[in-house]
Amino acid sequence: MTYKVTEEGNVSTVFLNGEIDMDVTEKAKEVILPLVETGKEVHLNLKDVSYMDSSGISVLIESHQKALENNTKVIVKEVSKSVLKVIMMAKLEQILNLE
Amino acid sequence: MNIEESKDFLVSTASLKEVRVFSREVFEKLKLEQDLKDELVLAIAEAAQNIVKHGYKGVDSTTDRMQIKISMKDSELEIGFFDKGKAVVPGNVQHRKLDDIKPGGLGTFFIKQIMDAAVFKKDEKGWVNHLVLTKKIN
Repeated sequence: MTYKVTEEGNVSTVFLNGEIDMDVTEKAKEVILPLVETGKEVHLNLKDVSYMDSSGISVLIESHQKALENNTKVIVKEVSKSVLKVIMMAKLEQILNLE
Repeated sequence: MNIEESKDFLVSTASLKEVRVFSREVFEKLKLEQDLKDELVLAIAEAAQNIVKHGYKGVDSTTDRMQIKISMKDSELEIGFFDKGKAVVPGNVQHRKLDDIKPGGLGTFFIKQIMDAAVFKKDEKGWVNHLVLTKKIN
């Protein structure tokens, strides 16, 4: 997994790339959660994420919950078809902010 | 097409990518449709992850290996997982309730959603755990 972070106004966007499994979830959390804790709105762009398992889904849930605690929000954007399928299997499409 | 292929992997999170590569290669040979391949790879990866995460909980690193055997016979897909981690008590293997939104506890749910059956069998070849996932492929 690789990533890129951009900042624009009050929005931080994290572009994730590759496969997100248990081996990289700590790295993903280290990138995302501190951004959420600043209280900024965080966009997670998953356009180039080709695979995500339950560990990756846990990162999305944890990010979402951390955002609620910090009175901000995480928006999951441009979800690839394969990742959307996993999100829907977990019945999280109504819970996570998907765009 | 009937097939039987097995491969062993170091018990480590770093092996999960290898597990997916192996699974994709086998399913490629079986010429399964892409959506089904993706689901099966996810189920296999989740089961392998459970070995690393739960079977070796509290173990920083190990030289132990786990084995995955994929076989297809008469449209019945069978995937075997063999490991020497902590013995699994099948009754304790449960996923969290879906409406209890929190990180974790989804791997077993995904496996059950994707596969027809997931059964722990008694192993006679020196492994501690032997999980068998099956699915009828139409």
